[in-house]
Amino acid sequence: MFSGYSLPELGAIFAMQGFAGLILFSVFVLMALGLAIIFGQMGVINMAHGEFMILGAYVTYLVSQAFATYAPALFGAYFFVAMVLAFCASGLLGMFVEWAIIRHLYKRPLDTLLATWGLSLILQQSFRSLFGAREVGVTIPSWMMGSLPLTDLIEVPINGIFVMVLALGISAAVYVMMFKSGWGRQVRAVTQNRTMAGAVGIDTERTDRLTFGIGCGVAGIAGAAFTMIGSTGPTSGQAYIVDTFLVVVFGGAASLLGTIASAFSISQAQSILEFFLSGSMAKVITLLVVVGILMLRPQGLFSIKLRK
Amino acid sequence: MLNIQNLTSGYGESRVLNGLDLTVPKGQIVAIMGRNGMGKTTLMKSLMGIVQATDGTVAVDGTPVGGMKSHARVANGLAYVPQGRQIFSAMTVEENVETGLTVTGRKTVPANIYDLFPVLVDMKHRRGGNLSGGQQQQLAIARAMASDPKVLLLDEPTEGIQPSIIREMARTLRRIRDEHGLTIVVSEQVLSFALDVADRVLVLEKGALVHDSPRAGIDEAHVSKFLSV
Repeated sequence: MFSGYSLPELGAIFAMQGFAGLILFSVFVLMALGLAIIFGQMGVINMAHGEFMILGAYVTYLVSQAFATYAPALFGAYFFVAMVLAFCASGLLGMFVEWAIIRHLYKRPLDTLLATWGLSLILQQSFRSLFGAREVGVTIPSWMMGSLPLTDLIEVPINGIFVMVLALGISAAVYVMMFKSGWGRQVRAVTQNRTMAGAVGIDTERTDRLTFGIGCGVAGIAGAAFTMIGSTGPTSGQAYIVDTFLVVVFGGAASLLGTIASAFSISQAQSILEFFLSGSMAKVITLLVVVGILMLRPQGLFSIKLRK
Repeated sequence: MLNIQNLTSGYGESRVLNGLDLTVPKGQIVAIMGRNGMGKTTLMKSLMGIVQATDGTVAVDGTPVGGMKSHARVANGLAYVPQGRQIFSAMTVEENVETGLTVTGRKTVPANIYDLFPVLVDMKHRRGGNLSGGQQQQLAIARAMASDPKVLLLDEPTEGIQPSIIREMARTLRRIRDEHGLTIVVSEQVLSFALDVADRVLVLEKGALVHDSPRAGIDEAHVSKFLSV
């Protein structure tokens, strides 16, 4: 498959596909972080996670429209406002969903799959009714357009760099919250033993609601980042949910570092293979390799060793 | 300090506690003896709000806590060391103790808690799940102490623990009582430990207290008759 390319060309292809893979990696990481909190920590299979992301994308679209109409001078900064609002919108909806549906299902994890799948259908239809079936796109502010030429053959797009920096920043923030803050300690205690966490004085219901809300809020931020690289439609989230679950399971459910490592390997493999083979063959090969590795290591790439 | 009246509890149709009455004054250590299935654990769980009582009242230092959620009971001065210890095994020793701080609003663990269990200081950064049974038991007590309780409940703390550590635990519990003025209720099957630690020994049989005597002048043969199968 490499015939017909000269060596420097191959190098440039690998570098640029590698970079495209990094952008995909960033969206995976942002999506998977939210899911790693909700699935990895709480054990809830949230099939509507993609729709929470798309909600964030639609909020970003609305904010960009509002800035274009009412404050065109500040258009370059709309993305930061949109990101905060996307986090709030998805987070609040997440907390509402936890209160209305999820909290009744903690003892029946498989039922969360059905309930949240239904929720995802409801959300998709709501998006369709509110925003129309046609995909919408945002205008990227001018400072994010264009690309940096690194060599004659290699160019990297600026919006891609921005999305990557965002993903790294959010990952660091989530890590600090989970492992260095009092809230993170409470979340981990509740997930390990809900009854006992209550009996040492942790308000488990409040912790659950906040955790679910933050997981969905991070998905909202992923949606905001998503508008930088693709257009938003009612069902765009569906395309990502399977990949995201794959990333979380492959990385080891409770490990944030594993999530990042697995997002990196899956997105890179996909992106580089896509260039040389067709998109679906790339997917087939990635899936086969992941299934193979999971058969050897069912607990995922990274897992904590404890005596049983 | 701890006042229980007509406590009735159970699972579904089966009643485990039948109108239990008990008053424990401040600073007393009470051992509740009884064979398996007589209601010791159910009593502890009902006091903590893990099993909902169907009738009766529980008051800690005059405040009724019946009907409250577990975390609110902890805020009102109850602390619980469950059977099987149930520490958070994937979290470090330090983090385990810190989970107990939640209701106090403190950020750091008071030094006197680690003074009670020096072995935990060396293991601060180890995961709780990698500790031995005896160390986990000490960790569970330290975690309960971190919430600054008035009444400490321990459910069969000697289960699966070697004799030398059991004797040390009895000393530690008495020290906690002396230093912090704590009221302690411990459920137990091992009579020697109960006699070692308690000021007062009760026997629970079929969900009711059938024997109540102070440690001094206790009729050991009479109590052990309740415990033999």
